[in-house]
Amino acid sequence: MCLAVPGKIISISGEEPLSRSARVSFGGAVREVSLACVPEAKLGDYVLVHVGFAIARLDEAEAARTLAAIEELAAAGRPGTDALPR
Amino acid sequence: MRYLDEFRERAALEPLAAALARQTTRPWTLMEVCGGQTHSIVRFGLDALLPDRIALVHGPGCPVCVTPAARLDQAIALALEHAVTVCSFGDMLRVPGSRGDLFAAKAAGGDIRIVYSPLEALALARAEPAREVVFFAVGFETTAPATAFAVREAAREGLANFSVLVAHVRVPPAIEAILGAPDNRVQGFLAPGHVCTVAGIAEYEAIVRRHRVPIVVTGFEPVDLLQGVLACVRQLEAGRAEVENRYARAVRAEGNRHAQALVEEVFRAVPSPWRGIGELEAGGLGLREAYARFDARAKFALAEAPAPEAGECRVGLVLQGRIRPAECPAFGVRCTPEHPLGAPMVSSEGACAAYYRYRREAA
Repeated sequence: MCLAVPGKIISISGEEPLSRSARVSFGGAVREVSLACVPEAKLGDYVLVHVGFAIARLDEAEAARTLAAIEELAAAGRPGTDALPR
Repeated sequence: MRYLDEFRERAALEPLAAALARQTTRPWTLMEVCGGQTHSIVRFGLDALLPDRIALVHGPGCPVCVTPAARLDQAIALALEHAVTVCSFGDMLRVPGSRGDLFAAKAAGGDIRIVYSPLEALALARAEPAREVVFFAVGFETTAPATAFAVREAAREGLANFSVLVAHVRVPPAIEAILGAPDNRVQGFLAPGHVCTVAGIAEYEAIVRRHRVPIVVTGFEPVDLLQGVLACVRQLEAGRAEVENRYARAVRAEGNRHAQALVEEVFRAVPSPWRGIGELEAGGLGLREAYARFDARAKFALAEAPAPEAGECRVGLVLQGRIRPAECPAFGVRCTPEHPLGAPMVSSEGACAAYYRYRREAA
């Protein structure tokens, strides 16, 4: 029920913040999604979609930071050096 | 798919598992709150990557599971006695009420439709003004903004044939209830990432202050979950108790203000019964006075009869993490997804369904 799936905005329609919607591609499957909760979303953004609504813009820098932290963890790999960076 | 595949890489899990093995010096019991997290853990076998001393117990974060049988009975009554079109998420259809489920009501001639979004229910009401349409509004903080949006739209458009059977629930009171139980054994929580995407983390800060327990906001992919466990264990080992956000690509501390504003306009927190857990103060949402005319319970004067649970189902114990699904005597024998005794066997987020689907041999 709280399943939310990341997808890429491939087109946007509407002007008013609450009536804006987007076509969002989920690995090729495209759905119409309301942007009422993410008025700042732009073409090309990745958004998390839940029951027909985008609920968050995904933050690319944060995603990269998470993955980089794990690479560091792997590289370090010795006791006492577990950086789980923010 | 981007933002999914890279968070499922086996290669990324190993360093996390190794760090956990090194850093765990004592036994710890953690609860992942959300049923979606439970499904990921069981599906990807993540519990097998944890040190033996870390026990994960599964939490109550399955909205379908905690929707009271009485509310299901009302949905069924709407379809069968009031000739209303009931629009519901598919997960709800097999959940047993006290007199059968929505599937049976559909077979008996009730007009029950599966929708993916409340917007579909709204569109149906708009297209067919002569038809009474009720959206069965189940879900946590993640889902409530969508319902709020639909109600607000219905009000704006003056749709008189649309209403909602509200069963929205809020997560923090359930965590409080688990922590407040005299025999609680949960020492740290993985908080539900998508709930926090909408609601933010302020309410969890308050819980941490009251109970001195680490709460780590955690996502749903294998890397997210192991990272959440590692962060939680590190806090416990160091004697810290903080709210920590390990799902930062989706969760901001303040949550989604636009979604919160929609919910705030349409709903208010109310005491609410959770199936298997009981009544929770501020545990659910009710429509505000200005939107009361969209409340299907009042509109159709639905009876509020308490509904007994199926005798053998241990739903309450499973939802509070007190027993594992396979410890229920009915699991996989008299209770299966085809013939469920309780909601956790039906829902795509139910712990029993996860074990049945991925672990039946091991059970």
